[in-house]
Amino acid sequence: MNSTWIDLSYLVVIVLFIFGLKGLTHPRSAVRGNMLGSLAMFLAVVVTLFATEQFDWTLIVIGIAIGTVAGCYLAYTIQMTAMPQLVALFNGFGGLASVLVAGAYLMIVVDDSPQASVLIATAVSGLIGAVTFTGSIIAFAKLQGLKFIKDIRFSGQKLLNLGLFLAGLFFAFLVFKQPEHAIFYYWLMVAFSLGLGIFLVISIGGADMPVVIALLNSYSGLAAAATGFVLENNLLIVAGSLVGASGLILTQIMCVAMNRSLGNVLFGKLQPTGGDGPDAAVVYANVKSTSADEVAMMLEVASRVVIVPGYGMAVAQAQHAVSDLSDYLTEHDVTVEFGIHPVAGRMPGHMNVLLAEADIPYEQLKEMDIINPTFEQTDVVIVVGANDVVNPDAQNDPNSPISGMPILEVHKARTVVVIKRSLSPGFAGVPNPLFAADNSLMLFADGREAVVDILAALREG
Amino acid sequence: MNLSQILILAKETQATESMTNAAGSGSHLILLITVFVLAVFIGFEIITKIPPTLHTPLMSGSNAISGITLVGALLTALAGEPFLVRIFGTLAIILATMNVVGGFLVTHRMLGMFRKKG
Repeated sequence: MNSTWIDLSYLVVIVLFIFGLKGLTHPRSAVRGNMLGSLAMFLAVVVTLFATEQFDWTLIVIGIAIGTVAGCYLAYTIQMTAMPQLVALFNGFGGLASVLVAGAYLMIVVDDSPQASVLIATAVSGLIGAVTFTGSIIAFAKLQGLKFIKDIRFSGQKLLNLGLFLAGLFFAFLVFKQPEHAIFYYWLMVAFSLGLGIFLVISIGGADMPVVIALLNSYSGLAAAATGFVLENNLLIVAGSLVGASGLILTQIMCVAMNRSLGNVLFGKLQPTGGDGPDAAVVYANVKSTSADEVAMMLEVASRVVIVPGYGMAVAQAQHAVSDLSDYLTEHDVTVEFGIHPVAGRMPGHMNVLLAEADIPYEQLKEMDIINPTFEQTDVVIVVGANDVVNPDAQNDPNSPISGMPILEVHKARTVVVIKRSLSPGFAGVPNPLFAADNSLMLFADGREAVVDILAALREG
Repeated sequence: MNLSQILILAKETQATESMTNAAGSGSHLILLITVFVLAVFIGFEIITKIPPTLHTPLMSGSNAISGITLVGALLTALAGEPFLVRIFGTLAIILATMNVVGGFLVTHRMLGMFRKKG
């Protein structure tokens, strides 16, 4: 095959990728879009293989076989609640692949005095790829709840990150400046970047994970694009930059939904309120608790119910119970909708996937801006495992650490039932006045058990 | 600029690129950068239209697309020499294939769960 045909085939692949992504703009066309994407990838691999006159199949076949089996295994055994971990893991694989490809290519070309642009692209590819790899592995470990990695913070962390970053940049510069030692400097740079990835993510808390995962997603795309510059390959550049753009947009959406800048998420932290913040004991002086039977009685006379899920629903695996409750209420002529905050859960769209898994139609899942004006006409709001995203202090108290964060205005509903194990604070570490509001009732229980009990009480009553 | 215009522009860029391949590496690099920038714009155009409901499938699906490094891995593994290059290439093939196959499959599994009312 001559290079014109290869380039044209790659162009077809690129167009298919674009149509594939376009398909994802609606649930109806999304399955087809994803299939177009995978078809494009298959075509890319086949064209690449047959473009080579003769080659040694063994290692390539072994590599593809191992990768396929492992990929299938992961894709089919993963639980929907663990989706953020899996995406983090896949990001990491992509990042490491970029590091290896750039490193290997450097070995091929280093003796024929490569162009400066190739050397720079190699260094960029290795740097981004390495940060993506270790950053994703740490994010995976955190999401998986591995204990040893929990809340590691130490003084001078920012300084260490800055040092690692500058060292990485310095050796990247040497790769380009001293091509005769490029291989040595490349791996040295990779080593520092691996360290940077670890320490960038290690102190980031669970509620900030949606931002981190979206950002790493973007990096994995940019690493692929950089690899495209190394190999001077349009296909890698376009596919990589599509993913890079996608990740950046999601990162931006997540940051806006938390009213925080990207820098603040990555390098800052929410300050726990000191003396000037509201005291939990004062805020929670008038908390009223309720029982499943009482909630069932309220639901029996309700005509509109909104359910607000949070990460707690995922932890309690409560999505199926919630779905059963929603079905029961719908059958009894109650309008049920779900109010979904953009950063609820651990990755963008996490709650939507869990509720879809539990067979809840996507028309019932409402975005924050759509559902907020409806709370005043809502009889009962059930909050399952969400906290900071329904904290009215974000609107009412300008001194609150979460002030200005867009929230679901559940406090405007007639009655709010909060299902929660205890009054423990959410990620922001601030007490939530919603729990003590006049129209709020706390149902202290495990998310799944509580919903099951409410449904049982409804069926008996 | 709407999507079809960008696509046409990208096609033209691709066509001119093969013509100017010999014209010197400077303009070649500029062309690669042009392709990169245009693709970023296409990305922004499409992704902003994707509803929040589909953000998780978008992430896993775009993640699979970023496994396009697989093509790079194949190219290096095919280059063959020295032996260490083939080892790195093969490792990269394994990782990128996992990324691609796993990513597309899990997206498919997820999308299968989204259903309409009734």
